[in-house]
Amino acid sequence: MDPLLKLLKVRGRESVENLAAMLDLTPDEVRARIADYERRGIIRGYRAVLNEESLEEEKVVAVIEVKVVPEREGGFDRIAHRICRFPEVVSAYLMSGQADLLLFIEGPDLHTVARFVSEKLALIPGVTSTTTSFMLKTYKSHGFLMDAPDEHERLSVSP
Amino acid sequence: MSMNASRSHPDRVAAHVRALPRSGIRDFFDIVSTMRDVISLGIGEPDFDTPWRVREAAIYALERGATHYTSNLGLLRLRRAICAFVRRTYGVEYDPESECIVTVGVSEAADLAVRALVNPGDGVMFHQPCYVSYEPLVRLAHGDPLPVPTTRKTGFRLTRELLERHAAPHARVLILNFPNNPTGAALDLPELEEIARFAIERDLIVLADEIYGELRYDGEPVSLAALPGMRERCIFLHGFSKAFAMTGFRLGFACAPAPLVEAMMKIHQYTMLCAPTLSQEAAIEALNDPERDVAPMREEYRARRNLLLRAFGEMGLPVVEPRGAFYMFPYIGHLGLSSREFALKLLEEERVAVVPGDVFGPTGAGHVRCSYATAMDDLKEAARRIGAFVARHAPVCRAPV
Repeated sequence: MDPLLKLLKVRGRESVENLAAMLDLTPDEVRARIADYERRGIIRGYRAVLNEESLEEEKVVAVIEVKVVPEREGGFDRIAHRICRFPEVVSAYLMSGQADLLLFIEGPDLHTVARFVSEKLALIPGVTSTTTSFMLKTYKSHGFLMDAPDEHERLSVSP
Repeated sequence: MSMNASRSHPDRVAAHVRALPRSGIRDFFDIVSTMRDVISLGIGEPDFDTPWRVREAAIYALERGATHYTSNLGLLRLRRAICAFVRRTYGVEYDPESECIVTVGVSEAADLAVRALVNPGDGVMFHQPCYVSYEPLVRLAHGDPLPVPTTRKTGFRLTRELLERHAAPHARVLILNFPNNPTGAALDLPELEEIARFAIERDLIVLADEIYGELRYDGEPVSLAALPGMRERCIFLHGFSKAFAMTGFRLGFACAPAPLVEAMMKIHQYTMLCAPTLSQEAAIEALNDPERDVAPMREEYRARRNLLLRAFGEMGLPVVEPRGAFYMFPYIGHLGLSSREFALKLLEEERVAVVPGDVFGPTGAGHVRCSYATAMDDLKEAARRIGAFVARHAPVCRAPV
């Protein structure tokens, strides 16, 4: 992977000047490469990784395993795209194993998520079953531990 | 009846120990430790935590009750893993049964090697600036330190010519540490070949301290021990502290021809008995596909090095581009301050700790050591503060008359 992309994956907010210094490139080179990745859709977006539980805002995340009947034309893709269009779906994956699709659904409360499943998801033609589990606590997300890491003491000067 | 104390306590200390200077690093540490909110670039250890799989292996070993002595040489499983690693990474073959000893850090390995080889009065050559313990180790072994000064002009590289100039007939040992603490300098194959020829002509044993070997930014690790004819006259020293981020585990090793390992083992068995068992168990896990942890750390160090290098460039501080390790050694002499004055003033005015360069040898004077084993955000802030400091203390340019 391009070292620029590796850096951006963990330091999305780094300034172009600093990225250029770290990679020994000129700022213009970095700007051009980022623009190219954005144009080609390799960089799909930038986001902050939040510890949302500490915000104490009501939010429910459900993990839903979905079984579907694949279609002769297009396999799982057409039905998966149809499911993904719902804004409640934050992530969706095609899986090996018992279920076909794994969805992460977000909603303001249990009721809203349950209604989405029963009134939208389950009724989509081709969906044969859903298994819904609710997320209770986040320990790690996108490579970040959610609890504050322990402070380790290092000597301030050592040989 | 009280004993008549005829001599004071300081007088009771052996003369050669009394004569050892206190480490300049320790002096400086005492000052820094009294201050708050300091960003330290003075730290000679990785800021990364030990990879979790290694720590987890240590926990499991503790649960299993791996709390007893091991053989003096260390666990055979670990010595096998070490010898396989050295063969894979450096291309040198050692027999795990008789040519490898596990030590308490590479520091102990260096001490054992010096004590095993040096008769009173024997000369030991080593390049400066260098790690702070080489000269004291030689003195503690009643040897004669023969420092070989390297300078910024030659990129702090050790050359055959420098060695010839500072050689002495009683020289028996040469210590080599590249990539180098404190300069980040590294050597290429042709230079190593010249040094090997010098060692053969002078009949020297070379202690090849490869502790930063894997943290090299512009090529594969290379050791003098891998050169033709050198395996027989090298003691290969290495450890887990730097590339594996395991400083607190205190684990190192030495590989050498069996009679030399046997000699080192004699000292080790009477002084240390064996290296800590839990650390040995953890090290076995560390050597299981080590690159998977080392490579990301190396890339992060490289990014930080580039950032700091550019920052020093913009400040107008001359610096040799480090090719390995995680230190940068900028020249600050043109500001009219000594290394120590620079470091003290920088600490007082900007709360950034760097290490005065002269603690690593006389040719380190006029330089300071900046470790970039520091989180990127701290490094950026430290660079900003050093920039402000340098701008404030830059000599005033006078218009030509």
